[in-house]
Amino acid sequence: MTDLLSHNEPKEVAEALVSQAPTSNPLAGVDVLEPSSRNQWWDVWDQFKAHKGALAGAAVFFLILGGVALGPFVWHVSPTYIDFMTMKAGPSWAHPLGTDQLGRDLLARMMTGGRISIAVGLTAMIISMFIGTLIGVLAGYFKSVDGSLMRLTDLFLSLPVLPLLLVGTMLFREVVAKILGPEIGNFILIVSAVGLTSWMNTARIVRGEVLAIKQREFVMASRSIGTPARRIILRHVLPNVMSPITVSATLQIATAVISESVLSFLGFGFPPDFPTWGRLLYDGIEYMQDYPQLVLWPGIAISLTVLSVTYIGDGLRDALDPRLRR
Amino acid sequence: MLNYAIRRLLIVVPTLLLISLVIFSLLKLAPGDPLSQLPPAIPPEVRAKMRAALGIDGPVIVQYLLWLKQFFVIEPLHGFDVLFGTHFSDGMQRIVSWQSRGPVFSVIAERLPQTLLVVGLAYIVGVLIALPIGVVSAYKQYSMVDQIGTFLSMLGLAVPSFFSGVLAILIFAVYLDWLPTIYNTNLVVNNWSSFLEQLRQMIMPVMVLAVQTTAYISRYLRSSMLDNLGQDYVRTARAKGMDEHVVVFIHVLRNSMIPVVTVIALGLPSIFGGAIVTEQIFKVNGIGALLITAIHVNDVPMVQTLTFIFAVLIVVFNLVADLLYGILDPRIRYD
Repeated sequence: MTDLLSHNEPKEVAEALVSQAPTSNPLAGVDVLEPSSRNQWWDVWDQFKAHKGALAGAAVFFLILGGVALGPFVWHVSPTYIDFMTMKAGPSWAHPLGTDQLGRDLLARMMTGGRISIAVGLTAMIISMFIGTLIGVLAGYFKSVDGSLMRLTDLFLSLPVLPLLLVGTMLFREVVAKILGPEIGNFILIVSAVGLTSWMNTARIVRGEVLAIKQREFVMASRSIGTPARRIILRHVLPNVMSPITVSATLQIATAVISESVLSFLGFGFPPDFPTWGRLLYDGIEYMQDYPQLVLWPGIAISLTVLSVTYIGDGLRDALDPRLRR
Repeated sequence: MLNYAIRRLLIVVPTLLLISLVIFSLLKLAPGDPLSQLPPAIPPEVRAKMRAALGIDGPVIVQYLLWLKQFFVIEPLHGFDVLFGTHFSDGMQRIVSWQSRGPVFSVIAERLPQTLLVVGLAYIVGVLIALPIGVVSAYKQYSMVDQIGTFLSMLGLAVPSFFSGVLAILIFAVYLDWLPTIYNTNLVVNNWSSFLEQLRQMIMPVMVLAVQTTAYISRYLRSSMLDNLGQDYVRTARAKGMDEHVVVFIHVLRNSMIPVVTVIALGLPSIFGGAIVTEQIFKVNGIGALLITAIHVNDVPMVQTLTFIFAVLIVVFNLVADLLYGILDPRIRYD
């Protein structure tokens, strides 16, 4: 790829010089060249922009992200302030999304809840990507561990994930909470449980890519001059498997957000004092018949996040594959 | 093929053993003593007897092997006895639930029909809806139908069942008042009106579960159909002057169904997992609800057995999918 570019570009510069300013300083050619020598990520962005759904998804996702991250700095109402005068109120100027059964402001609760939900999604994604990439690269690069690591992946794939998540979070909740405090303890427990049970697909994808890249000339050349395996993996293999990892990381956020809300919905997630979106929905069901906004807003937030992330993943998949580029 | 099937079957045994070990040790590692709720005045020898009665005395490895023996030998034997009226398992200790003090498997047998009825029907309905959507959106790629189908299946995958279920209750049960909110398991179907009642209460749980299946399978069928539509044999079939119906439904659809059938087999266990949530929303008294209550009251034998049954389902359907793929597609030879 870089070879091709270096062959092509001098020619372009020469033509440009001849046609535009035959007598100008040769250094001016550098200026002409500047806009055309661009980072490959600009190409990715161009392709990503062409995918309307992905662009909309990215806009919505960053809106949600900004809303939950910066919202509490703008919207000063406390999410835990109980006000029996405005119990279960509909939308008003004081409470744009209404209030819950204890008169707490729903908008503020949605923001703090979203912070936890999205933080869980992102952290679980990082854990699962780390394990998945590690196992995928090791299995793909070192033949000696390939068989055993892939059997391990198969084993994890046949575990009943949801029942195990339920059992694990329920049984270990109190112990972890005692050591690390209820909020941090629950967070770490749920994040690691979700991360530990969702890395398998990434590992399989990465292993396949690594197997293919390992046979390519540049890796062989690097190995022939005696580069140690660690350097080859970090410098040559990993950058080349970044695109499938990016796509699967995006989709992993969606999976993790759903897993966390399912846990919270079944009453196995965060305790009621740390309301995530799933927990808000669960708490709202009791009052749903008369005050549907209590379940509608959290549900919409979860669905929108997942939908937007899925569309971003779809667009990234197209944008990162040079063969699909128009 | 036979060779492969036998080898594949043999892998199942260590996989199941490992999974059972994982589940068993997860529950054993968990802190908490089942006798901690009892009053401290109970003398130690009585306490030891209670432990023995619960099956939690003796070394951990013995407990594990005993559970394996109960699961794989005694319970199947008992099932055989019930079916054929024999007495092989008499006097053997079955897996006993801590909350009901009855055999775990008789409780599961009571709850299973509700789950199977809802889950099974949902899967069939989901696949039946998915097939025409997949065919049409592949045949008319980028058409209006395809765009709508893509968007709807994205939506079906993005909206979690606990929200779509709640939404369905809100719209069809609370506002429109067409359907009952709660699934009544005690309903006995013996005449037309009770049959209609049963149908009405099943519509929502079945549809909520089916939407996810539909979204998944229709996407898969679409891409599989697209792969096949561009192949040479399709052009040949058209060049021979074959009817377009024959080309699409006999040639293309049959070939496209090969990977889809295996995906259908692979997806079945995951819908049992989805049923845990759906049963909770609609208050269906199935094995998902049983698992949740068992976890809440710390009924270890029940949780252990149910989780392992879910694992067995996954392993068995993986096996079925692998074998089906080999049988349906003669080009695929594993040996």
